[in-house]
Amino acid sequence: MWELIQSNRRKSLILFFGMGALLILIGYVFGSFYNPESGGAVGVFFAIILWMILSTISYFAGSKILLAISGAKEVTKEVHPQLYNVVEEMKIAAGVPYFPKIFIIDDPAPNAFATGVKPENSAIAVTSGLLSTLNRYELQGVVAHEMSHIVNRDILLMTFAGMMLGAITLMSEVFFRGLYYGGGSRYRSKSSSKNSGQGQIIIMILALVLAILGPILAQLFYFAISRKREYLADASAARLTRYPEGLANALEKIANSSYKLRSANKVTAPMYIVNPLKREGMKLADLTSTHPPISERIKILRALQQGVSYKDYQKVFEMIYGKKEKIIPDSALKESIPVAPVMGLANSDKSFSPVDAKREANDAVMKLNNYKFINCKCGVRIKIPPDYNQPIVVCPRCGTRHQLG
Amino acid sequence: MIYFIIFLVLIVLIIFFFVSIYNALIRLRNQVKNAWAQIDVQLKRRHDLIPNLIETVKGYMTHERQIMENITKYRSQAMNAQTVGEKAQAESLLSGALGQLRVQVENYPDLKANQNFLALQEELTATENKISFARQNYNDQVLMYNNKIQMFPSNIVAGMFNFKEEEFFEIKDQAEKEVPKVSFN
Repeated sequence: MWELIQSNRRKSLILFFGMGALLILIGYVFGSFYNPESGGAVGVFFAIILWMILSTISYFAGSKILLAISGAKEVTKEVHPQLYNVVEEMKIAAGVPYFPKIFIIDDPAPNAFATGVKPENSAIAVTSGLLSTLNRYELQGVVAHEMSHIVNRDILLMTFAGMMLGAITLMSEVFFRGLYYGGGSRYRSKSSSKNSGQGQIIIMILALVLAILGPILAQLFYFAISRKREYLADASAARLTRYPEGLANALEKIANSSYKLRSANKVTAPMYIVNPLKREGMKLADLTSTHPPISERIKILRALQQGVSYKDYQKVFEMIYGKKEKIIPDSALKESIPVAPVMGLANSDKSFSPVDAKREANDAVMKLNNYKFINCKCGVRIKIPPDYNQPIVVCPRCGTRHQLG
Repeated sequence: MIYFIIFLVLIVLIIFFFVSIYNALIRLRNQVKNAWAQIDVQLKRRHDLIPNLIETVKGYMTHERQIMENITKYRSQAMNAQTVGEKAQAESLLSGALGQLRVQVENYPDLKANQNFLALQEELTATENKISFARQNYNDQVLMYNNKIQMFPSNIVAGMFNFKEEEFFEIKDQAEKEVPKVSFN
């Protein structure tokens, strides 16, 4: 586990500086495009400033911004005790000292993500749709998956990668806007004078190529990172819960849901447990997918009959696809613990009722919106909206009068 | 002279090697201790939960006094247990008694609908899960630690500094092994 974290930290650093270098290059080329004599330096200057601002923001407020644009609200144990308990269970199973904050997104599409640069202030966000469709074991599988992202420091890597994507997209956008609103004409008038040479044409082509290809390449790179992380997180989730079937069932339910997540966009999509922007069904072996196909992930999880260690996961992957691609990093494969799975739990979990789960999820959202709850002696639960201004509420079943404090 | 330098380098290497093994052993032992403390925390939670459970159920069930008495008895036994083995034994009895309660509750539809009881049921399930996950983590840590103690070459260092193998937290009862969950439905 420790080596895994180290290698992720190293990758994050490389990414961080690589991104800086790339931004500076783009800045130089774009600057030179507009003004061959001194534009390059100005471009570099702006690129460095952009890089610094974005790094600072994403390091200190990245997860807050992500949670905010996803419409996530922080919850306490009272709001959804089961979710809270499941997170605590996974914290214990992982044997880590920090407790992630828990957020709920009010959206019927079932999905979840983890964020946070440091594990100490990491967060797990789930949609209310997830809470109302999954039973306890499935929820546990999803939370274990997110917990693994936190434990492995995937979220640090993803934050920097996402930031790079954002920065490059922003710069080429600005470049094209500039071109459109007459920046190009200024350039043309200059280039028609005598001092333009072959170098200028090269810069011009380079700038255009960078502006078009830059965002695409950054996106492919970002997606490639996130794809590999998903397998590892699935493997870790199986290892933590000892119950791969739970996550497999959860993924199946999420994939079969017909709801579309409202708040997802290109940058946040790779963070979710299942890509919220693409529907399952098309073969996603292409470069533009942020996640491995769900059907493949489910197949691997279901095939983990003998054991759920990292080694077993890698073995099953190779068995199913007949190729020797490294899905799990070497450092994790060295682990010598044999881990036996528990089988057939969820099928025996008859206690799950979709109606109850839906009610629980609705209650959680109501509590987030400051509804008050009163449990009457007769078993009825009365939900009082925040703008209710009467001092007394009467129970519709038994007629007990409840004083409102 | 050259032999002396080679000799010196070898000595330094060996010392370095020993120190790193020793540190690894210490780290693993501390992890085992920490994992054990985690189990303890969860077991205590379970013990604290029981009086609440009894209080809630009492009003509904008058016939299941025996189960309630057993739960109380095993709880105090479990709280007084000293060694890892004793503790595992007592906790397994307690799990069994709590499981009996689960079977009985089906006869009381009123109880199932009670919000307090539903909340308590979630707490009980969560606590049982937390215990089993803490146990799982503890046993993983013990396995790694024991492996290190037994395997060459770290076993030499372990022998020199008297590192002892740790006991696994095992549940002897086969039935208990299979069902690490409590559900009242």
